[in-house]
Amino acid sequence: MAVPPGVSESDFERALGEFENAVGAQWVFTSDEDVDLYRDAYSIYKGEPEDRVVSAAVAPYTVEEVQAVVRTANRYRIPIYPISTGKNLGYGGSAPNLSGSVVLDLKRMNRILEVNERNATVLVEPGVSYFDLYRHFQEQGHKLWIDVPDPGWGSLIGNAVDHGGGYTQPQFRNHFDAHCGMEVVLPDGELLRTGMGALPGSGSWQEYKFGIGPWIDGLFSQSNYGIVTKMGFWLMPEPDAYLSGTVSVPKNDDLIPLVDILNFLENSGVVNGMPQLGSMVSGFLGSEPALRELLDSGASTAEFEEYAAQAGRGYWNCTLKFYGPEKAIAANWEYAQEKFSAIPGATFAAGDSYKFPLSADQIEEIGRRLEDGSSNSALPDFGVPNLAAFSTGARTPANPIPSAGHVWFSPIIPRSGEAILEANRVFAEAAGDLGLPVAAAGFSLPATYWNRSFMYLFGFPVSENAEDNRRTRTAFERLVEVAAEHGWGEYRTAPAFQDAVAGTYSFNDHALTRFHERLKDAIDPNGIVAAGRYGIWPSHMRGV
Amino acid sequence: MSKAFFSSAALALVAAGWMSTAGAQDAVEQRGKEVFDYWCEACHGDGPGRPGTAALEVLYNGEKPALIEERDDLLPELTRAFVRDGVSVMPFFRKTEISDEDLDALAAYLAP
Repeated sequence: MAVPPGVSESDFERALGEFENAVGAQWVFTSDEDVDLYRDAYSIYKGEPEDRVVSAAVAPYTVEEVQAVVRTANRYRIPIYPISTGKNLGYGGSAPNLSGSVVLDLKRMNRILEVNERNATVLVEPGVSYFDLYRHFQEQGHKLWIDVPDPGWGSLIGNAVDHGGGYTQPQFRNHFDAHCGMEVVLPDGELLRTGMGALPGSGSWQEYKFGIGPWIDGLFSQSNYGIVTKMGFWLMPEPDAYLSGTVSVPKNDDLIPLVDILNFLENSGVVNGMPQLGSMVSGFLGSEPALRELLDSGASTAEFEEYAAQAGRGYWNCTLKFYGPEKAIAANWEYAQEKFSAIPGATFAAGDSYKFPLSADQIEEIGRRLEDGSSNSALPDFGVPNLAAFSTGARTPANPIPSAGHVWFSPIIPRSGEAILEANRVFAEAAGDLGLPVAAAGFSLPATYWNRSFMYLFGFPVSENAEDNRRTRTAFERLVEVAAEHGWGEYRTAPAFQDAVAGTYSFNDHALTRFHERLKDAIDPNGIVAAGRYGIWPSHMRGV
Repeated sequence: MSKAFFSSAALALVAAGWMSTAGAQDAVEQRGKEVFDYWCEACHGDGPGRPGTAALEVLYNGEKPALIEERDDLLPELTRAFVRDGVSVMPFFRKTEISDEDLDALAAYLAP
């Protein structure tokens, strides 16, 4: 049995005994077979000595049990690492930053505590997954939508506190922004409620975020200042209808006004679904050898524009999505077309139209049409959790040898066409230097989860081969540097890269990191909670 | 008469014993089906957007069913190994997710 770093075997034995008293012996895992299941299934250090392993796992069922475990951990200086559902695959899974930590597995805390359909709010525990909540709503007939991320088995709380995102309206896509009220077990075991939750008897814990005084909820995201045991979320009432439509523009430089008009429409609330940017190569690379040849030959922008014109499609396109009353969203789509018509040569195509609730057949049809390429509306656009995104790296006809997982390089860039064009130039050049394959240089487009910024998502395959993974790590770390040199930084990353990424947020001699460290020392002086999470190390481990 | 009575009673007792074993087996497989629906269906079920089924379609190319519920060769130890070891992009599952008891039930449900 492994022992946490800096802890004597006898202390660890005593702590395990106390953990067993707190949660029951069957919920303390110490055998190699059991603790092995807490590795990161997508580890970029797979099979190497640096792969993060755990010494034990403890799975409490109640908040009181969490408090008891934390107090014991404090007494014996046991490093603990909380996970909710542990399904943060691609960003670290269930493995801790600090090898040898004891994982505090909150999956058993899976209660849906409150659903307020009249004001579209919910209060949940960390083990509640998107699937769980969706099934609950289906069973109870609640007319509420959940903004779901790609993995439906993820935790609402875990995803939000790691700054995950989804696919419906902007006020819900940012899952941390959409939360309202937290309950947190602090590193000394004290229980804290934020916002209106601090006011005894308040009926508005899930209705007003701030209460009075400093709003501290952000301190418990991407951090190690406490263990979130309850969290409220604002939900989207089921809308009447959905509509999508696509605008296409003919020239490379049209991307700039395309994004500006999109920003206006989103920031005005006219477009209230998640837009999807596309290009003349999107979906056509496999079926048009001439296009592949054009890309491989390093063709000029004019040649690509000519190809797009000949093919009868735009150089860039953007699919807009709308939710609301049928007449209102039709009018919004019409208004959007008027605005985009300012771009010479802009063309428009109507997309999908659905009224709610969806039938089971419609849900299947949406999945099928997405797969066959006849639509780009996907189940998450309708708040339906699924696991389709796990086709990434899985065995497919085009990918006969599957990967062993993936890690995401995901930098935030400004929300402008100029930034996209520059990012294409910079990342293509960096990829060339690093010998990385580029599917379509010049046509890489960011995701639009956040309505005030863009975010690229580059997936790096994880291999069973250590040498491949070493090369991937080198490339990943270089891309982090290249991005930072241009003012672009990751929104989220796996523990393997958290120190490197946190290091790029370096304004004024790393003032932000130093502030995080001062907080860590004050809130968790023994440094027991999630040491190293997002580059925040306890004082005795800094610079080690 | 009395002999016949005892014979019938013995038969009835044997039948009740058989029924209770079969009932227990049904309950295990029912639990296995629930575990499948909760944990596996989203990837390995029928229909679009299920990467596990899609991957097995490519792997077996018609030689075996892509739907694992339709397989007749999934020995329990194979199911246990995939769930606890993972394969390709399928992660392994912790015991707080699928307990050993639930895994046994799942393995029994998928077994030939």
